[in-house]
Order: sequence, then C-alpha cells, then structure tokens
Amino acid sequence: MARRERLLYLLMLPAGIVFAAFFLVPLGQLFLIGGGGKEGWAAYGAIVTNRNYFNSLVSTTLLSTGVTVATLAISGVSGVFLTRNRFRGHAALVAMLTLPLAFPGVVIGFMVIMLGGRQGVIGDIAHWLTGERLVFAYSMAGLFVGYIYFSIPRTILTVMAAAEKLDPKVEEAARSLGAGPLRVVKDVIVPGLKPALLSAGAICFATSMGAFGTAFTLATRINVLPVTIYGVFTDQANIAAAAALSFVLGVLTWAVLAIARTAAGSTVAAAG
Amino acid sequence: MSMVMTPLAIRLESCGKTFADATRALDPLDLEVRAGETVVLLGPSGCGKTTTLRIIAGLEEPDPGGRVLFDGEDVTLQPIEKRNVGLVFQSYALFPNMDVRGNIAYGLRIRGIGNAERETRVDEMLAMMRIEALAERRIDQLSGGQRQRVALARALAVRPRALLLDEPLTALDAKLRDMLRVEIDALLRGLGITSIYVTHDQAEAMALGDRIVVMDHGKVAQIGTPREIYHAPASRFVADFIGTMNRLDGAVDGGRFVTAAGAIPWAAAPAGALCVLFRPESVRLADTGAGQLAGSVSAAFFLGDRTRLFVDCAGQQVIAETSVRREFAPGTQVRLAIDSDALLTLRDEP
Amino acid sequence: MTRRGPAFWCLLGFTLCVCAFLIVPVGMSMLAGVTVNYQAGIESGFTLRWVGQVWDGYSDTIFRSIGIALACLACTLVLGVPAAYVLARKQSGLARAIEELLVMPVAIPGLATALALIVTYNTLGNFRTSWTFILVGHVLFTLPFMVRSVIAVMGAIDMKTLEEGAASLGAGFAQRFFGVVLPNCRSGILAGSLMVVTLSMGEFNMTWLLHTPLTKTLPVGLADAYASLRLEVGSAYTLVFFVMIVPLLIGIQVFARPVELGARTARP
Repeated sequence: MARRERLLYLLMLPAGIVFAAFFLVPLGQLFLIGGGGKEGWAAYGAIVTNRNYFNSLVSTTLLSTGVTVATLAISGVSGVFLTRNRFRGHAALVAMLTLPLAFPGVVIGFMVIMLGGRQGVIGDIAHWLTGERLVFAYSMAGLFVGYIYFSIPRTILTVMAAAEKLDPKVEEAARSLGAGPLRVVKDVIVPGLKPALLSAGAICFATSMGAFGTAFTLATRINVLPVTIYGVFTDQANIAAAAALSFVLGVLTWAVLAIARTAAGSTVAAAG
Repeated sequence: MSMVMTPLAIRLESCGKTFADATRALDPLDLEVRAGETVVLLGPSGCGKTTTLRIIAGLEEPDPGGRVLFDGEDVTLQPIEKRNVGLVFQSYALFPNMDVRGNIAYGLRIRGIGNAERETRVDEMLAMMRIEALAERRIDQLSGGQRQRVALARALAVRPRALLLDEPLTALDAKLRDMLRVEIDALLRGLGITSIYVTHDQAEAMALGDRIVVMDHGKVAQIGTPREIYHAPASRFVADFIGTMNRLDGAVDGGRFVTAAGAIPWAAAPAGALCVLFRPESVRLADTGAGQLAGSVSAAFFLGDRTRLFVDCAGQQVIAETSVRREFAPGTQVRLAIDSDALLTLRDEP
Repeated sequence: MTRRGPAFWCLLGFTLCVCAFLIVPVGMSMLAGVTVNYQAGIESGFTLRWVGQVWDGYSDTIFRSIGIALACLACTLVLGVPAAYVLARKQSGLARAIEELLVMPVAIPGLATALALIVTYNTLGNFRTSWTFILVGHVLFTLPFMVRSVIAVMGAIDMKTLEEGAASLGAGFAQRFFGVVLPNCRSGILAGSLMVVTLSMGEFNMTWLLHTPLTKTLPVGLADAYASLRLEVGSAYTLVFFVMIVPLLIGIQVFARPVELGARTARP
C-alpha cells in the first residue's frame, strides 16, 4: 500500500537527515580534504610511504594483535569456566568482570597508572617481593595492560553467550569415546566457540586500532596511530594529512569488522 | 561378524540420585542386567530413566552408598572416559567440525590406533550401517536417520563393552522410527552386545526389550519381560502406561462378577467389591442375546484394520476393538463378551 | 559430576585474579580520592577536600555531561525509535543496508568521525563552539545502540501480529504506534536508554576533538586533571565519575541483556 510506504519513509526521515548531514556528508568532506593538501591524493598512500606513519601503523597493528590474542585466551578460559560452573558469588563475579565496559579510555589510562605508575600497586608488590619497583605504565607494556583492561569485559560477554549455546551432549559423546578433558577442549569446545572467538577477536582488534583515550592519558613517546593522527592535526596543523590518515584508519577498522561478520555468520550481528 | 569381546554383565546396587538443588531424581534402585541382554528403561518424562542410564554410563555419580558393578568390578568412581561404553543420544551429538569418517574414527584416534587399522575399522562400520556413500559428507548435510546411523557407527567403532541408548529414535518421524527400530533390533541381536535402551514409547520398549524396567517418579514400578508387563501389570501405573486398559467396578457374588450392565461368570474370583482390568482386545462383540454385558456405542473410530469402540455400559466406559466390518453409529446397542481369564486384579488396588 | 577437582580451583583462582586486575585499581582510585595523602596511604586520614576541589573547579563539566547525556537520550528516542520501527517492519535488503550504515560511527574510530565533523562545520562558528556540536557526535555514536535494542525487543514481541490485531479492531496508525507498539517495547527502550546515557557520559575520543575550553565534559575534564593536578584530585574526580556511572552500569546489567549489546561500547 503506497500510503503505508510513505508513512514508513516519513518515520525514517529524521534519522536519515541527521545521519546524512552529520555523518555521510562530513565523511565525504573528510575524504576530499584528505586529497586536497600539499601532496594531493598521494596523501592516502602516506600511511605506508611516510616513515613515521608507517612505524606508527606497524606498532599499532602489533599491539592490537597481541592484545587480541591475550584477551581471547584470558576471556576464553574464564568465560567458559563461568558458564559451566555455578557457585556462590557467581553473579557478583560476572558483574565485576563486566563493570569496566563503559569506562572511557582516559579512566583506563588512569587505572593503569594506579597499577603500574610511579606509585602503583604492582610496583609495591614487586618491591615487596624483589626489592625493585616495577613501573610499566608509561611504556608499551602499560599500553598493553590498558588495552587488555578494556578488552576483557567485552570479549568475555561474547564468549559466555556462545559457551552457553554449546551442546553438552557433544562433549559427553567425546568423553564416552575416551577423550580426556584437554582433548575435549581441543576437539569440541574450541571448534564450537570459533565463530564467537572470531567475532570477539575482530571487535577487540578494531577497537584497539582506533583507541585514543588510553594512549593519550599514558602520553609518553608511545606511537600509536590515533595519537599520531592527533599530533598531525594539532601540532602540525596538517589537516589534509590528518584527514587522509584518519580516513584510512576508519576504512581499516570497518573492513576488519565487515570481514569478521561474513566469516563468523550471524553471531557477529548482535555483537559487531 | 562378531566384534564384541565378551558381553558385559552390569549391576546397580542401591543407586539413587539427588541433584544439587535437592530434587530427588532417583530412589535407590537395584538392577541386574545379564550379559548380552537388552534392557529397556521405560517411563514418562521425569521418571528417572535417563538418570539411571547416565549413572551406568559414568556421567553422573550415584548418591553415597550406591554402587555400579561391571562384571563384578566396582566402577562407581570410574569416569566415563575409562568405562568404554558406547553412548547414543537422542540429538546424536555428532561433531560438527568433522565429517562422517572423522566422527566414526574419533574414538579410535583417542586410543592411538594406527592409521591403517583405523581406516579398516571405519570402513567396517560404514558397511555395517550401510552408509558407505556418506563417508565424506559433513554432518549438517545429513538427514535425521542418517545422523543416527553415524552416531551408532561412532559408538560401536571402539568395540564398547555395552551400548547405552538414550531415546535414539524420539527425534525421528514415525515411519523412519519404525524402520530404524527394526534395524537396531537386528543390530543388537546380531552383535550380542549388552544394551540399555531408554524410551518413553511403550511400543518401542515391547519390540526391543528382552526385559523392560517400567519407572515412575524415580522408582521402579515393575521389571519383567514384555509379556509379563503387558498381561500381568503389577500396579495401576503400569497397567495404564502400557497399552490401553479397561476398568470395571463391580462386586463378586456367587462365582460371578456382577456389574450394572451384566454379570461375567468367574469361578476363581476373590470375594467382595472389586475393580477388574482387561485389555480391549479381550472384549468380543457378541450376537444379540449372547454375551454378558449390555451397552450402547458412544463413539466409534475406524482405524483401518480394526474399529475401536467406546461403549457405555450402564455408566462405565468399556473400550473394545473389533475387526467386524460394520458401521457403528452412536447409540447402537451392542453386547460384549469377556473371558474371565482375561480379567486382572491388582494387588495394591482398592 | 559435581566433584570439584583441582581444575575447578585453578580456574576459579585464575578468574579471581582477572577480576582483581580489573577491580582493584577502581577501588584504589576511589580510595585515593578521599585520602589526605596518597603516598602516605590511609594512615593519613580521610578527607573530602579533594572532592571539594573538584567541585569548585569542574562542577560545570559534571552538569554539562549530564545535560548532554539527557539531550542525547531525547534525540536518540525521537530519531531512533521510529527508525527501529521501520527497520523491524521492513525486512528487505535496503533495511539491512541502512542498519549497516547506522552502525558505521561505531565501527570507525571516534577520531575520524570528529575530524570529519570539524572539517565540514568549522566555518559555522556558533555551531562549532556550542555544546550542540558535541551532542551531534554523541548522537551519531549512540543511535545504533538505541535502534538495535528496540529492534531486538520488537522482534521478540512479534510486533507485526500485535499491530494486525489492533488494526483489525479499528485502530489507526498513531493509535497503534502509541497505544500498542511503544508500551510493549518498554524493556527495549529502557535498555537502549541506559546504554545511550552511559555511553554519552563516558564518551571521550570524539569529545576531545570536538570540545572547546567552554564546552568541556566530564571525561575531558578528567584528562585535564590527570595531566595537571595531583593524584588525589584526579582520583577524587574519577570517584565522582564512578559514582555517576556505576549505578547506570548496574542498571544495564539488570535491565538490558548485556550479552547482546555489550561487546561494543565505549571507545577507549
């Protein structure tokens, strides 16, 4: 019915207008500005051709990859454990593990300083154990810890959701054929969790690549891409270069998520 | 081909099960399964039959005091990985990340059996279950019946000491179920393997079981051969659960069982007011004037090979089955005849 | 098997360590915010003077964050709920594509979205320097969460059948929408609202680029405080932030199903 169609169109219109005006058009503009600077369209290749930018890209990618692997391992183990076992305090434990979900990067940077800064608690423990303070907050290690800090709450929820859907009968079948617990994990649980791990891993990777607040708070000589872009924008006032770099970064994170969505199927839709 | 080592004798002693949330799934029960026998655990959902199976399998531990013995050896504390029993589930529980061959070979791989022998055994299983054509297929490409065959092949490939089946046919449609039931029966007899089969379908139980254990609310209601269960139910529950059972109230007087609709001569009747039970197939339609009970048809169902009649006999309903090819309109007056030796009474009945 | 073997205790210990890793710094910073001297520890006594200092210097950021969050909520309700209705009714490829599009501001770094807004609207001086500029960024980022949440609940209640039932009884569109559809979507709207407010309060990446010295939000103030003031003041400020955000997070856990929504939230 044409009238119904028009009605639906009208309902969608406000969101559509806002979105077009404040997102689509600006993105287009960003793209054009990126190519409108001194280097012209070559600016889009700068992320590879420029020494500094490339180093930044490499360290960010390595950091993100490391964080993803570590987070998946930690969340995988804890997530499956929490799904399979109920005990007193279980709900409180899950609540505490997912609390940091909405902490902004700045606060997480501050948490890392609390843990590993000059007056940090881990430094205290290290001092008590070995006599030497351990200060890691302002290095790559601090960044690594911070990124894991915000990644665990997200991934653990995805893992728990997927682990709940695993069919325990398949594990019982493996056990009836003689498989010990480690074998069951390797042959049944990990393959069963693969889509969830893929999607959670992709989100973790994309978020880490685009993370700004944490690195900004732990500001030292750490060179992650978002901080580099920020530097290019504010210190050098090189709008074109900043625009081009951020556009490329945007495409990169979006692509990673899109690939994970197709690879993992519908699991990603709710999460990604 | 005989591939079973020696059939296993299983014994359960005082095995009960109370779960963590205090539900009592099973009262302590004793069960003896002879080597090579097929025992069917039959009952409605929640009766404890699956719990019993899982205790035998080693997936659950019985409450303290319970013992599970395989050929006299106490295996109560042995986990399922070590018991070498084959397990077949209602939902098949096949490994989705492996193809059919991979699934069947899994148990052999765990045992470290070499490539060549493994392949031979898998081929043997594929041939036995007649699924050679499916060897390379992925699990999600198989139909229900095919999956069940793969599940059986997988369980049997490792030459288990016993086969435990948890409602393997419930998820299949009626025709497939009938067909697979015959196949499974032939398989179990051919192999001579000790089997425990759980089902809520009494037709399946009667067809497959050497002995049937009827269970209700965590307790054993009766253990016996299919004939014993059918013709001599030990309790109202068993009588109602297996097939259809008629019930008539009346009183015994002078060698006859007297009801409002008529009297049945019964020499060996116990005295007093009584409730008798009898199967619909024991009721015959008699000619007018003959027969002991008078009634009128309240409903008739044509089932193809026979007609099932619901007859109102002076306020009590009697279900009769007849192969007489006649149409029975509601209200038709009929006379029913029952032999007194088809009448059952229950010891624990009022 | 309910026997708790050594594996259970090991894994429990591991999970507790992870939990401690996440929670201990939170507790510590909250404590530091009310301690007289952090280096001396709690022996130096408790005080609210740092909190007072935060209030004197940064109360405007607190109010601004709350205001923007509420405005953001209003916007996402007005824009997002009708959009969710349309996307839930039309199951076409176009609807899928629009959903994908709506999610984009979350998929790309906040930095990029902010830069895009800046290069486009830099010339509109009034807009650029107003708090509404920040609001726009927040709305773009939080809209998909509201939409997703409402779509999920619409799917769960079988909205189509409900509407057809109401229509068969004579209800026009407005009556159906406000009388039948919206009341039944309450849980999704509530969950979405909690998410939107929480995310807006905690948004930093975009806001840092979009703000001016006159339009600072709470997270922006936090970044300032960490950089320039003593640890105790930064901690007190963080304490204020926690006090505001933790009830919201608990609300989300109680009312929303974080499992479906939580994998993608605040950007660090």
